[in-house]
Amino acid sequence: MEDFSVFDIIGPRMTGPSSSHTAGAVRLSHIARKIAGEDVAEAAFTLYGSFAETGRGHGTDKALVAGVLGMDPDDPRIKEAFTVAREMGVLVSVEFSDEPPKHPNTARIVITGSTGQITEVVGQSVGGGNIRISEINGLAVEFSGEYPTLIIQHNDQPGVIAEVSHVLAQLNVNIAFMRVFRHGKGEDAYMTIETDQPVTPDMQSMILRLCNGINKLFVV
Amino acid sequence: MLLSEAFENGESLRRYCQENDIPIYEAMIRREVKLSEKPREEIIAEMQKNLDVMRASVDRGLSGKVESVSGLSGGEAMKLFKYGKHNPFSGYTACRAAASSMAVVEVNASMGRIVAAPTAGASGILAGALIEAGRQRGWSDDTLIEGLFTAGAVGFIFAKNATISGAGGGCQAETGVAASMTAAALVEISGGAPIQALDAAAMAMKNVMGLICDPVAGLVECPCIKRNALGAVNAMLCADMALAGITSLIPFDEVVSAMYAVGKDIRVEYRETARGGLATTPTGKAVAQRVKRLQGN
Repeated sequence: MEDFSVFDIIGPRMTGPSSSHTAGAVRLSHIARKIAGEDVAEAAFTLYGSFAETGRGHGTDKALVAGVLGMDPDDPRIKEAFTVAREMGVLVSVEFSDEPPKHPNTARIVITGSTGQITEVVGQSVGGGNIRISEINGLAVEFSGEYPTLIIQHNDQPGVIAEVSHVLAQLNVNIAFMRVFRHGKGEDAYMTIETDQPVTPDMQSMILRLCNGINKLFVV
Repeated sequence: MLLSEAFENGESLRRYCQENDIPIYEAMIRREVKLSEKPREEIIAEMQKNLDVMRASVDRGLSGKVESVSGLSGGEAMKLFKYGKHNPFSGYTACRAAASSMAVVEVNASMGRIVAAPTAGASGILAGALIEAGRQRGWSDDTLIEGLFTAGAVGFIFAKNATISGAGGGCQAETGVAASMTAAALVEISGGAPIQALDAAAMAMKNVMGLICDPVAGLVECPCIKRNALGAVNAMLCADMALAGITSLIPFDEVVSAMYAVGKDIRVEYRETARGGLATTPTGKAVAQRVKRLQGN
C-alpha cells in the first residue's frame, strides 16, 4: 500500500467487467504463457471457486484465453478471444469445476507448446487485478508478477543459489524477494527471484553461462 | 513537512498543501514524480490516456445500446440521458452525470474498455461526473487531469488507511470511495481549498457508510450500475455543499477510520460474495440460476 501509485487508484485501463475476474485472469494466463516460454499450440483451463461460479458472466473464460494468446488486460479483443484463438490455430478448452479450491478465484492452466512441451500453472486472482502464481508443474511456488520475476529451474545442490545471487549483484540488480522450492532433497528445484530492476536477455544469458546447475531460466 | 509524510492521512495532506501553498493535485503529482522517477510530463501524459479512455467509455455507453455478457444490463444509461433533457426532478446536470456514470459501467459489463477508479465496479462515478461537469463548465483536459490527481489522492488515503475493495469493505469501499474522490476533485477544480475538498469527500462517504456489496448472480451489474448513478449525484451534491461553505462535523480522517471499522464488521455474506442482500432475494436467486444455465451451454 505504501508504494501505491496514483495509477493504482485511477487505473488500470482495462477491459471489463471485473478487475479480479477479467483483468486478473488475463494477467494470470499471460504469465503462464511466459512460463511456458514458447508459442502456445494448445491450452486447457480449469476454473475453480468463484471463477467457476461467475466466470462465464464475467468473461473469465475469454480473459484466460486472451492472456494465453499474449493479450494484455486492456486489449479490446478480449471479448473475441475464442475467435482470435481459432484464427491463430490455438486449440483451447475451458472446464468449470465444482471442486472446492483453497482460494476463491483459482485457475489451472495447462499449456502445450509448439515443441510439444507441457507446462502446468496454477494461479489465483487475489483482487484488484492482482494475482499470485502458486504452482508450476506440480511444484508449489509463490510470486505476484508485480516485479520482474526471474524463475530458475535448477538442481538441488549446494552453491547454485549463491552463484545466481552473486551474478545478480554484479549486474547491479537488487533482489526484492527470493524464494526456493523443491520436490524433495536433491530433486528438481525452483527459485523465484523478484527484482527491482529488469533482468534483460543479456543478463539472463550471462546467468546461464556463469552459474552451474541451471536447467531452465525465464523471466516473467 | 516532507513530501514523504504528506500522504499519511487527510490532515497531513492538508498541512503539506497549506505549507507549500499548493492544491492537493499538485502534491499528488509531486509524489508520483518522486515515486516513479519519471518526468512530470510523462505522468501527465499517462493521466491524459486515462481521461481519453474515460471519455470514450462515456460516449460509447450514451451513443448506442451496449449489452452485457450475461444479458442482464445495457441501454438504461441512454434512456436516462434522453429523459434528462426534459426537466428531470434530479436536475439537468445531476441527471446527465448519473446517465454518464451508468454508461461507463454498462460498457464495463459488456467487456468494453474502462478505467478502474478505484475499481471496475465503481468506474462510472469519477468518469461520469467529472466529464459531464467539464462539458457544462467548459473545463479543458488540463483542468480535468488536475481533478483526476485530486481524486487519486483521496482514493490513495482510503486505500492506505482503510480499503477500496468490495470484498474488503462492501460497496461503501467502492462506490462510496469513488464518490468521495469525485467530490474532492469537483471542489478543487472549482477553486475550493484542500480542506473543502476533504470535507466534500468526508460528506460523500458519510452518505453511504455501511452500504453492502450484494451483486445479483455475482456480476458487476445489479445493483452496481445504478449505485454508480447515485455515486455521481452524491459527489456533485457534496461538492456543492462544501463549496457553499458547509463543513463536515466529523473530519475526513475520522470518517475514513469509521468506514474501515464498519467495513470489517460487515458480514462476509455482504462483501461481494453474492450470498446476501439483493443477491438472495427470490428474483436475485432466479436470475442467478438463469445466468448459470447460460454458463452450461
